[in-house]
Amino acid sequence: MMTTSEKVGSNIRKANAEAIRRILEAKPVLIDVVPASEAIPALQEGMILHAGPPIDWGNMCGPMRGAVTGIAVFEGWATDLAEAEQLAESGAFSLNPNHDFGAVGPMTGMTTLSQPVLVVENRASGNHAFCTINEGLGKVMRFGGNDASVLKRLGWLRDTLGPALGVALRAGKGIELKPLVARGLTMGDEMHQRNLGCSSLLLRTLAPDLARTVDDRTALAEMLSFIGSNDQFFLNLAMALGKAIMDPVCDIDCSSVVTAMTRNGTDFGIRVSGLGDEWFTAPVEMPEGLYFPGFSADDANPDMGDSTIVETIGLGGFAMAAAPAVAGFVGAGTPSIAADFTRTMGEITLTQNPEWTIPALDYQGVPTGIDIRLVVETGITPTINTGIAHRKPGIGQVGAGVVKAPLACFELALKALATRLGVR
Amino acid sequence: MNKASDQQKSGAQIKEKTVQQSLLNGPPQVINLGLASFADELTKQGTVVVHVDWSPPARGDVELANLLSKLNE
Repeated sequence: MMTTSEKVGSNIRKANAEAIRRILEAKPVLIDVVPASEAIPALQEGMILHAGPPIDWGNMCGPMRGAVTGIAVFEGWATDLAEAEQLAESGAFSLNPNHDFGAVGPMTGMTTLSQPVLVVENRASGNHAFCTINEGLGKVMRFGGNDASVLKRLGWLRDTLGPALGVALRAGKGIELKPLVARGLTMGDEMHQRNLGCSSLLLRTLAPDLARTVDDRTALAEMLSFIGSNDQFFLNLAMALGKAIMDPVCDIDCSSVVTAMTRNGTDFGIRVSGLGDEWFTAPVEMPEGLYFPGFSADDANPDMGDSTIVETIGLGGFAMAAAPAVAGFVGAGTPSIAADFTRTMGEITLTQNPEWTIPALDYQGVPTGIDIRLVVETGITPTINTGIAHRKPGIGQVGAGVVKAPLACFELALKALATRLGVR
Repeated sequence: MNKASDQQKSGAQIKEKTVQQSLLNGPPQVINLGLASFADELTKQGTVVVHVDWSPPARGDVELANLLSKLNE
């Protein structure tokens, strides 16, 4: 506990310098794909990990409920969606945030025992982070889809693609992810709503080992086609990479650096390094964006997903300048103003990442290290590029847009940090 | 001593008068702090305006501004 405000400021600066060092020196490597039960031994029957800060069934939004019931059927805990809903209402399932188990998940973020997860090892710190495999576009569980086609695809990921990726990765030395992201930024990716470059680079890297280890040529062709036709395949890997980078930053006394931002479709939550695993939450906001034909803002669910971990490490909305095409796709404006988003995020971050640079900004690094003091002082909140789910369960994605993190989270965290440091 | 002081005073008065004349005789040149709409309106009327995008710390919330001051020292 500090005794003078002068010492508090000095200690925050030192702590934040250490936080930045850990972020910049991280070495995330994709090493494996294994069942979640193997990666996360604490996972039990009836346990469902979800995106965002903690939430109970009664407060879950439509797509999150749709995913919970769908995954319960997938795991064999219920025979159909109606029974799954009854079980959920009775409290039969243990609902927990992914973030508490070293994991992250996009949108609804369902993680359960049998699903295969990407394993990213941070070789600078020795920690691991996990994320399920991206399901592709259309009706998918991450957007609340839960019909037979969704469960069939999850079954294929569990029984075919996941094990094959695991074998292929174990045959190699792992795939270093920071260089991939660096190249993706020069190819127009920001790693949240555009992953075309990195998905292509990953497929190019994985394909030889898959070809060597998968005997069934038809199955191999199906796998390569699945990855190659999904521009967002890399998103889940970018998320695990972000989690692997930020988890070692979570325990630095006095640091005001944000270590996680996430949302569950009801609340937005942040964690701050000097405040450990405490969540600071506020009602999540509605994305503003563009809708697929036949849908409008009336259909949209409030923002959700652990994918904001990519903004936490300086990608996504923070790297919009690298991806001018995204500015148009998410309805944020013309491609020429994409750089403004990145410059503005520079107002609330402590440094730039010299390994992840943006050609359009004369190779400036992406804004890195969100400081809650800067957010509160300026009133500028993180910009997040996001997908938009239908508000009803079972329908899926209806658009893409931009959403702001609610300022109240950062104000609550600032007060808590001041209390922790004895100046409030 | 008094003579030098008088000369200095006289020089300052002349300079101040010159500035006033310049302000009154030439077109205004404006630095606008805060609300951009003020700058926009002047620009529409042909006035030269430099806008400074500024807002009070923590949007004017006194408690948060005081905490920021302590946490930044």
